[in-house]
Amino acid sequence: MSIPEVKEKWSARVSEVTIGATPAQGGTRARTVTIGGAGGIPFLSFDGALPHPPAIAIDVLDKQPVGWPKPLEEVYGDVWADPVQWARRAKELGADLINLRLTGIHPDEGDWPPSKAVEIVKAVLEAVDLPLIVWGCDFPEKDQRVMPKVAEAAQGERCLLGAVSQTEYRTLTAAAQAYGHTLIAASPCDINIAKQVNILVTDMGFPLSDIVIYPSTAALGYGMEYIYSILERGRLAALSGDKLMAQPVILDVGFEAWRVKEARADEEMADAWGPLAYRGPAWEAVTATDLLQGGADLLIMRHPEAIRAVREAVGQLMQGDGK
Amino acid sequence: MALTGLEIYKHLPKTNCKDCGFPTCLAFAMKMAAKQVSLDKCPHVTPEAKAALESAARPPIQLVTIGADAQELKIGNETQLYRHEEKFYRPTLLAVRVWDTLEPTALSARLEAIAGLTFERVGTKVGVELVAVDNASGDAARFESLARQAVEVTGRPAVLMSAKADNLQRAARALSGKRPLLYISDPQQALAAAAVAKAENCPLAVRAESLEALAELTSKIAATGLEQIVIDPGARGLKGTLEALTRIRRAALKNFRPLGYPAIAFTTAATPLLQVVEASTYVAKYAAIVVTDLIERWQLLPVLATRQDIFTDPQKPVAVQPKLYTVGEVGAESPVLVTTNFSLTYYSVEGEVEASRVPAYILSVDTEGTSVLTAWASDKFNASTITKALKASGIEERVAHRKLILPGLVAVLSAGVEDESGWLVQIGPKEASGISSYLKNQWKN
Ligand code: SF4
Repeated sequence: MSIPEVKEKWSARVSEVTIGATPAQGGTRARTVTIGGAGGIPFLSFDGALPHPPAIAIDVLDKQPVGWPKPLEEVYGDVWADPVQWARRAKELGADLINLRLTGIHPDEGDWPPSKAVEIVKAVLEAVDLPLIVWGCDFPEKDQRVMPKVAEAAQGERCLLGAVSQTEYRTLTAAAQAYGHTLIAASPCDINIAKQVNILVTDMGFPLSDIVIYPSTAALGYGMEYIYSILERGRLAALSGDKLMAQPVILDVGFEAWRVKEARADEEMADAWGPLAYRGPAWEAVTATDLLQGGADLLIMRHPEAIRAVREAVGQLMQGDGK
Repeated sequence: MALTGLEIYKHLPKTNCKDCGFPTCLAFAMKMAAKQVSLDKCPHVTPEAKAALESAARPPIQLVTIGADAQELKIGNETQLYRHEEKFYRPTLLAVRVWDTLEPTALSARLEAIAGLTFERVGTKVGVELVAVDNASGDAARFESLARQAVEVTGRPAVLMSAKADNLQRAARALSGKRPLLYISDPQQALAAAAVAKAENCPLAVRAESLEALAELTSKIAATGLEQIVIDPGARGLKGTLEALTRIRRAALKNFRPLGYPAIAFTTAATPLLQVVEASTYVAKYAAIVVTDLIERWQLLPVLATRQDIFTDPQKPVAVQPKLYTVGEVGAESPVLVTTNFSLTYYSVEGEVEASRVPAYILSVDTEGTSVLTAWASDKFNASTITKALKASGIEERVAHRKLILPGLVAVLSAGVEDESGWLVQIGPKEASGISSYLKNQWKN
């Protein structure tokens, strides 16, 4: 018995963004990472090809993190006082990109001067040849002073800089444009705001094709479904030709997954929920793979077991796809 | 798919005899389309028209019942491809598998473990609903005896899985009245199994090698009068299963009857963590039942959390009752924490307070089920709503002090709250995860 054709007739694709630049392109990265390009609902070959597997960036902080749970301490504890060593560890663990967070510049977290941030970014770029994502500290006045310097110091490397928002976008957009970087456009789980940020940024002359959408992230069990549905709605809009929603998506999976009780509570919950050593990575892995079904292109992650599981799952899901 | 008034009208006698109490057949049809009157109010409708209308009114995905009485579980009747368009109605059932080839001690241990697979998460009890009994031995007697034992020990309805219709009959009879789901793995035996399912009044799951073969098979079974069907597309592994589940859902919602049944999926990955990923993916993507070998608590918890998330009604904020809650043996000197009535926020706070072992009051302010930042941004969590909740809660009669702990994310509210309420504000951590150590180490009355 023949069954009905169920392929949807999409009229557009998710756009592609390339992060990083090789020496031939004016940078010093060993290779670049291209994300996006989806032509259908995630991982359905019959619906539309997915040319690039979702990429994974591993989190590196500029200084020793506070309150990271034991499973992460076991992996990074010996290197996390030094961002350069930490970035090397991230590469060893198979990162596609390094995700560097400038936390120490925050007035409450050290209030480091721009020069120190620049020094760290340069050192990481020198030590590790992967494409780089750099986030400010989310304290606008400080980020406005630091991020232009960071953008300048990394000129030519085509980093992904984060993040512009509806209220704070001018300085970072201008800096990304001046020094040839790509941009993360953040919105709080709201499609209209996501579009609005894209409009504001492109009104300044920044190309839509260099934007990655960050629709915020929520952990499994803690409102993940809101993000899941925002991703689905965004992807449906992109595939139906909405150019302001056609940008690839970055999700901050590791940060969100590792702050919830299921990924932190240790001995006290071991009987009810099983050992944290397995439960934590599982929480991160499933947060990632669930959200990938909604439609995401770049995941920031932390634990190597979770990363391995996501890679394997993606490998299976992309059989017959990709390059 | 719901019928329109005009589609119903076509099947009515069109005599406008008014016996139904409506002035015209068309008026009756319109009322029926609006589900305000049922077809039996028209005494003149022909049996053929009745059959046609009933079959057309069947939902695109058949509603199937597994288990009986207090243990009755329903799957199917889904209407959407994407949860935001309405919602997903019937949470995926999880079935943990046991094999009749296991040694008696391993078997008992496994059944005991399945019996204990319930969890408390954010104030809700969640767990595994089904035990899947696999006739791996091919032996009828062993299968029958495990079926009895599995249902008794786990206290859950069974999925009885065999390649042989005869074996299914024997086990189904042993569980007579309990309405297990019969699963026939050999497509050649599917029709024989359908006869068993009909006779024993059980739903039947069938497998085929392709969707085309499956559609053919369900059509044959439906023709025998059995409509309580569950379908296994036969694909295994993440990619094949995801694609098959999606094709089935899409075809069913296009009203393609032969695939208009709830689907069953199996996890088969080589490592436990990948099976967890597999199960979660199938839960998110249209499986009505997931059969898995996973049994450890850390493995099932993320799958259950995925299910809670994906099957949440997207239109409705999930809220707890806004009121004063207590954790532990509170007294006049116990701390008072203020939070919203968004259930995830509230239960995160409650969980952390419990973990701290510091008895405390939690005041849940009515923020219409929104989280701290959202409620603050929309002005539902401000000095006056907090003060109002505080005064109305009766907390002032219960504690001797006047100090409240405000979420760190809304530290900006503290001056306003102090002015309006006369309470002293202490700034708590920004994240719930910091509450336990805050109460243990930092908080001082
Ligand atoms: S009773 Fe039946 S035939 Fe008569 S008016 Fe009503 S719908 Fe028409």
